[in-house]
Amino acid sequence: MSVWIAIAVTAAGCYGFKLLGLSVPAAALERPLVRRMAALVPVAALAALVALQAFAHGRSLTVDARAAGLAAAAVALLLRAPFLVVIAVAVAVTAAVRALAG
Amino acid sequence: MRDALGVGVAVGLSGFAFGVTSAGSGLALAQTCALSLLVFTGASQFALVGALAGGGSPAAAVAGALLLGARNALYGLRLAGLLRLPGAVRPLAAHWVIDETTAVALAQPGRDAARLGFTVTGVSLFAVWNLSTLLGALGASALGDPAAWGLDAAGPAAFLALLGPMLRGADRGRERAAAALAVPAALVCVPLLPPGAPVLVAVLAAPAVLVVSHLRARRAGERRAGPDAGDPRDSRNSPDSRDSGEEAS
Repeated sequence: MSVWIAIAVTAAGCYGFKLLGLSVPAAALERPLVRRMAALVPVAALAALVALQAFAHGRSLTVDARAAGLAAAAVALLLRAPFLVVIAVAVAVTAAVRALAG
Repeated sequence: MRDALGVGVAVGLSGFAFGVTSAGSGLALAQTCALSLLVFTGASQFALVGALAGGGSPAAAVAGALLLGARNALYGLRLAGLLRLPGAVRPLAAHWVIDETTAVALAQPGRDAARLGFTVTGVSLFAVWNLSTLLGALGASALGDPAAWGLDAAGPAAFLALLGPMLRGADRGRERAAAALAVPAALVCVPLLPPGAPVLVAVLAAPAVLVVSHLRARRAGERRAGPDAGDPRDSRNSPDSRDSGEEAS
């Protein structure tokens, strides 16, 4: 049940942010500090999530096949591969490393 | 118009990856589809299911998702001036205010083209994203153990693919600093805090970088002793220079 509540709150909150931007007078959000913060917060959150989902296992840190998949994804990204290709490369390399490692 | 449709379909197909990841995280089919229908902003969706899968508290998972969703307010602001939507349309259009629709709308010459680009991208992306989410979730449950197929790497790879364009370009020094600071901050917190909380700590990298860059700019300004010797990077925050690299959801 708590998953449904999390979904509902996230949906309401994300919609609220979208509508807020469309509705408030421009001056309120146009301040440079607010703009810079809004640009940096998702960058910091995404970077943290990359690291956490690749190396965290519960409350411990591990380096496993996911790290190889992530490295392959980074290479694909540097070669300007499309979004889905980047993910497919990561999944394929992770699966291959796991299969080889037994 | 064709660009808008192309973006909508191509990015919409990424919903497949979300469906697979979400189902692999243990969410029910209805929950996965509800996220794509109702949240409809990819990074927040991935963040929520990732945090829930990691065993984090739902509250921390929601907080992480909302942090990522907050940037859409900024996009809405940009679009409000560009599209000048009538009040009655706004609540409907708001649901489509995301990275891709903003990028397409801002790339159009003139208001009518921007409105068309926004609408076509929004409609096509919403349709394909939700359909591919459903197929991804169905496919994942047919596969069995997601880890055996390497599907647990889809989440971090998706975040990396969303992050990449935000770091590209000579004027993204602050972004790269924030990312470089956020990674160790998050990892250090893993053994210390419950799952879901480390990302909230790591986000403090954003204000930290802003404070440091402000102080450095001020010191540089004093050295030059000119009243107009502010942060030279401020120019990139002008209304038309911001969105080129932010076109992933």
